[in-house]
Amino acid sequence: MKKDIILAGVGGQGILTIAASIGLAALEENLELKQAEVHGMSQRGGAVQSHLRISDKDIASDLIPLGKADLVLSVEPLESLRYLPYLCPDGWLVTNSTPFVNIPDYPEMEDIRREIQKIQHHLIVDADRISKDIGSTRSSNIVMLGAASSFIGLETSLFEAGIDRIFRGKGEAVVRMNIRAFQAGREYVEMKLSGKSKSYNNSAG
Amino acid sequence: MKKLLLLGDEAIAQGGLDAGISGIYAYPGTPSTEIMEYVQGSSEAAERNIQREWSANEKTALEASLGLAYTGKRAMVCMKHVGLNVAADPFMNSALTGVNGGLVIVVADDPSMHSSQNEQDSRYYGKFALIPVLEPSNQQEAYDMTYAGFDLSEKYKIPVMLRITTRLSHSRAGIKTKEKKREKKLVLPEDPGQFILLPTFARIRYKGLLALQPNLRKEAEESPFNVYFDGKDRSFGIIACGIAYNYVMENYPDRIIPYPLLKISQYPFPVEMIRKITETCTAVLVLEDGYPFLEEMLIGLQKKGIPVKGRLDGTIPRDGELNPNIVSDALGIGYEKGKPVPGLVTNRPPALCKGCSHADLFTALNETLRKYKPGRVFSDIGCYTLGALPPFNSINTCVDMGASVTMAIGAADAGLIPSIAVIGDSTFTHSGMTGLLDAVNKNSPVTIIISDNSTTGMTGGQKSSATGRLESICTGIGVNPAHVRVLNPLRKEHETNVAIIKEEIEYRGVSVVIAQRECIQTAARRKRKAKQK
Ligand SMILES: Cc1ncc(C[n+]2csc(CCOP(=O)(O)OP(=O)(O)O)c2C)c(N)n1
Repeated sequence: MKKDIILAGVGGQGILTIAASIGLAALEENLELKQAEVHGMSQRGGAVQSHLRISDKDIASDLIPLGKADLVLSVEPLESLRYLPYLCPDGWLVTNSTPFVNIPDYPEMEDIRREIQKIQHHLIVDADRISKDIGSTRSSNIVMLGAASSFIGLETSLFEAGIDRIFRGKGEAVVRMNIRAFQAGREYVEMKLSGKSKSYNNSAG
Repeated sequence: MKKLLLLGDEAIAQGGLDAGISGIYAYPGTPSTEIMEYVQGSSEAAERNIQREWSANEKTALEASLGLAYTGKRAMVCMKHVGLNVAADPFMNSALTGVNGGLVIVVADDPSMHSSQNEQDSRYYGKFALIPVLEPSNQQEAYDMTYAGFDLSEKYKIPVMLRITTRLSHSRAGIKTKEKKREKKLVLPEDPGQFILLPTFARIRYKGLLALQPNLRKEAEESPFNVYFDGKDRSFGIIACGIAYNYVMENYPDRIIPYPLLKISQYPFPVEMIRKITETCTAVLVLEDGYPFLEEMLIGLQKKGIPVKGRLDGTIPRDGELNPNIVSDALGIGYEKGKPVPGLVTNRPPALCKGCSHADLFTALNETLRKYKPGRVFSDIGCYTLGALPPFNSINTCVDMGASVTMAIGAADAGLIPSIAVIGDSTFTHSGMTGLLDAVNKNSPVTIIISDNSTTGMTGGQKSSATGRLESICTGIGVNPAHVRVLNPLRKEHETNVAIIKEEIEYRGVSVVIAQRECIQTAARRKRKAKQK
């Protein structure tokens, strides 16, 4: 088992929470793990990424080599494209659809969408809407984690254990809300991939 | 035993805690900040009451750590690479005094300048001071070397440098910890002259330091952190320093390397090991994150010896951090990239937060200076340095901490009047105050604007040394109290603020304007915390 994941977003969007959830899930499985983060200057609203590597064997480099990432998981559509040189030919690109516009020359969303659709395996998830539908607007990151989780190759229960450990300090209600967000993201993608529904319908949740 | 999931920085902190430190000293600086933060967040450190307050700057931090090690206890001091420039005086001299307890000096370099003004390589400082340098290749070694570094320091009664780079500082992995050691007892130095660097004593100390060198080299030759792996194909040998070792391994998924490989993680250079690889192989590739430190020494000035590949012959870019792909190319393996980045992907540089006090200050300053030609605002390092970028374009310099004040003085000396400095509160107490004293002493016609957000913002909001005391510090240094003005950088105060700045800029003496409003990030954090309670 070996998964190389690039997490992408804008400084302040909280990709490190996603990284930590995956990391703790991997640790539950006693897997090896390396997770390179961006701290410092770029966290002030700049482009940030995290290289997350999990494996059942030893991991050498903290950085994923170009062309070797199995998954680019982005919480922002423009940022999902920045790391394409890392994505392997049959890798997945999974991104939130909500743009974070803090630069004057932000491209047209239609053009971004077109570029994403050129990637063979891509998923654009309206995580903001899903999190709103379940009544937790602040959980869109965890919705994205749920959405990408089926490409990571770890059991759902491991992610839930990871989420539990991260949010435990904030109380039982917050843990439950985030597990719900995770499940909503996961269900959305399962539905979409099985071709049953093109649009997310909350009545199931 | 369950592994701890730690950043390289945190592994160092845990290594120090387990090695029984009694104190850790630091001034924040990416990528070293998380070492102190980890200790500050540790319940064990609280129980043991380990000294763990931020220092005013790296020099005060290093001196305090030396003082602690004077008493026979174990101390750690942490800084970013340029911080060691600030602390260079006590650093160089601590090699001569040596220590009585254990002292590990952690220096975090930032190749590729992710968050820094330069990418200087601290290993030169280690060689300069003639002390051992440890350079971990991974998080486990970061832990192990910190732990072992104290023993090495105590064995030779000398400070030991631990050098890491950004990539390791900020990457997490599982760590196995060692047995916890007790803190040492307070015991004063046996030799009453050890710490007195008067020339007569210093000459003796220096001879002692020189006499130690063969032992330190022997330690490196025998160090478990320096390893020689033989390989069948001797047409080529690889020397990998620190983290470069991982990038070599990454390129051989089965971990079988056809060439002889020397992993170096402890200095001074293990000369015998290096000779062995250069005598065994017909060419050698040197991989170092930072400057071509070993490479240059291997080549030397005389034209003989085997070909050396690395940063100097163009095999590897001369600047910037290493990565698996650069190393892959250098090994002649090559790689296949994914798809190119689409042309529409624009840069997203860091920017001031919405509602930042610095932004309102810059808006007011820009309006005040509209009638002057641009080029007279000397600034400094912190979040406010982003005022150099659009839409503000307000500042003209950023060199080293504190330089805004002193460069403004020099420019005013040359006739650039008005001459203005913009400096953050933490930067001011780090090394702006002494410059202000210079200005006062010569009554320089400068206006020093302290953009006081009451925190060390850029590095993540650490405590700022003199929050609430800046006015009294400035008047204490001797600025006329009538020209120490405080304003509130808010859009609704814009007119008032422009008027205050204008008055002080037109004043032909030293004036200080303190633009005081809390950082919105720390304010939000404070409110969140209060709510949780
Ligand atoms: C010698 C040195 N030490 C540390 C740093 C890292 N550093 C850069 S900016 C900064 C914080 C400055 O804080 P402040 O002056 O209060 O400005 P703010 O970021 O809050 O606006 C620090 C510690 C550095 N660049 N140089």
